[in-house]
Amino acid sequence: MRFPGGDPATVVSMAVRKYADVPGGLLPLLHEIQAALGFIPRDQVAVIAGAMGLSRAEVHGVISFYHDFHDQPRGRKTIHLCRAEACQAMGSRRLEAHVKTRLGIDYGGTTGDGRFSLEPVYCLGNCACSPSIRIGDEVYARVDADRFDALLDGL
Amino acid sequence: MARIFIPTDTTACALGADAVAAEVALQAQSRRLDVEIIRNGSRGAFWLEPLVEIEADGDRFAFGPVSPGDVAGLFDAGFPGLNKHPLSLGKLEDIEWLARQERLTFQRAGISDPLSLDDYKQHGGYEGLKNALAMSPAEIVEAVTASGLRGRGGAAFPAGIKWRTVLDTPADQKYVAANADEGDSGTFADRLLMEADPFQLIEGMTICALAVGASEGYIYLRSEYPKALRVLNQAVATAEAAGVLGSDICGSGRDFRLQIRVGAGAYICGEETSMLESLEGKRGLVRFKPPLPAIEGLFGKPTVVNNVLTLAAASTVLAKGAAYYQGYGSGRSRGTLSVQLAGNIRRGGLVEVPFGASLRELVEGFGGGTASGRPVRAIQVGGPLGAYLPESQWDTPLDYEAFTAVGAMLGHGGVVVFDDTVDMLEQARFAMEFCAVESCGKCTPCRIGSVRGVELIDKIAKNENRLANLGLLEELCETLDAGSLCAMGGLTPMPVRSAVKYFPQDFEAGLDNGPEG
Repeated sequence: MRFPGGDPATVVSMAVRKYADVPGGLLPLLHEIQAALGFIPRDQVAVIAGAMGLSRAEVHGVISFYHDFHDQPRGRKTIHLCRAEACQAMGSRRLEAHVKTRLGIDYGGTTGDGRFSLEPVYCLGNCACSPSIRIGDEVYARVDADRFDALLDGL
Repeated sequence: MARIFIPTDTTACALGADAVAAEVALQAQSRRLDVEIIRNGSRGAFWLEPLVEIEADGDRFAFGPVSPGDVAGLFDAGFPGLNKHPLSLGKLEDIEWLARQERLTFQRAGISDPLSLDDYKQHGGYEGLKNALAMSPAEIVEAVTASGLRGRGGAAFPAGIKWRTVLDTPADQKYVAANADEGDSGTFADRLLMEADPFQLIEGMTICALAVGASEGYIYLRSEYPKALRVLNQAVATAEAAGVLGSDICGSGRDFRLQIRVGAGAYICGEETSMLESLEGKRGLVRFKPPLPAIEGLFGKPTVVNNVLTLAAASTVLAKGAAYYQGYGSGRSRGTLSVQLAGNIRRGGLVEVPFGASLRELVEGFGGGTASGRPVRAIQVGGPLGAYLPESQWDTPLDYEAFTAVGAMLGHGGVVVFDDTVDMLEQARFAMEFCAVESCGKCTPCRIGSVRGVELIDKIAKNENRLANLGLLEELCETLDAGSLCAMGGLTPMPVRSAVKYFPQDFEAGLDNGPEG
């Protein structure tokens, strides 16, 4: 398996050194590992737990509690599609059906070529210009099926 | 040199503001015009974004909404000089949608570069801190109490009482925690403030720290706001370098260190005790209360947990005085409310007005009705846990008590408009589904009840024992309402019940075909 962000053991050992003494440091630590590797490898949970003075169950519990954290490799870019009410009022249910068909995946899935993962999100704070999606760190407003296709083709 | 303002706000950029800025730079260069492009915050008039402004004769003139394709035409018409291009909106301060607002918290939003501390100070920033540094902690708390400021996160608890509790609780360490986990659909006021005027939040938190005796603070920011994170990180560094944050604030000998922590996509972490757990690096499980966070909060220490807008408003209270702030509002709701017009709305954005305006005034007057042009059918106020209001309730004045009286809530001020194509059964089902997805899992009514709620609504949709299942749904709502530890389970019934009560026809679909037909 390729790790674009570097060797997992190295990434994890650097991150735990940075956060071991930070009060409540587990979340920033996990964010940093995931930002580098794209996910938090299961075989690193014991290392993280040991360094942070936690049990493996506690670390696994945190990883599995939060929607942002993943213990499996992900697509190179995550597409977050807003499912919340303001977007619903502007036709996000239709957009949702289109996006799933176009990508050929459901929420939580990754396209066969490894380019995209699809995740639901409950609000991007762009609710005056719905429907909204986020690709990477960019938010897009008033997205319908055509605009989504154009965005995807432009990536 | 001509100064051109193009917002860097998330919504403005989601509508193409970056591309507009790039095109403006390109056009200016090819026409050999000497211009300075300033990436300001947004005014919150999102229906006009990307809103481009120029300066002339000491006034700001606006153009919008500008797309990259419009830019060459604008320059042809005389931009960045004054001109009569069709996108010209005239003097910014004459735009009625903005002129009719009473902006206190958002007074600076959109005026200047959010990261310029000099601009912030020039526009009244850090006056509040200056005054606070000359007051005793008890005097600061008294000013906040007298202003009538209540928590803007949704619960509307008087801020002064919370601050007083933390001040009066002896401890070796106290904290100030800003709840910036603005997860309600239809809300973006915190985001807009953090992106457009981040120093106001930092100043408000510093004032709070002085008032209660805290030397450390956290901003718990949701991960869905990457731009706000970049702005806040830079603003904190700038404030520290300028000596208004960190060690020995303004030479007072007082310290306040501020850290930004990023959430991880859990709605429940907007609940204050769940947020504290998350800040401690744990799963966001809701805590029992008591003890109150003001007595045993972060890491077991007395902690002020306030919403972004509450803390920001404290800077206004201290700058202009309690009486000034108290002078706005209606009934026991004092000051201004930051209403966010969202969903199917023609003129959406941030509308800051004194408490007391009617919902209809906001949606029809400011909002101009639906974006689709169809009639408004339902308005959800207060986020995913707020009620769906039918037309008979649109004259309810926007104040906390008036909304409670009609079985609704103002929450964080989100107003989501739906046109007549909305299926209220689907909306009720979504409320239960959302609760099932986002429940922290600690208590059974919320964790299991929400799943049963989805199943029940599916049965009602298929007309299986419709009347009996509607009865069961109401019983389930009672259980959630009475048996949940926090607002997640406790308030999920609010949208569900309001949908069933005020839009019963949507729960009768299939009546003619089913066994009960």
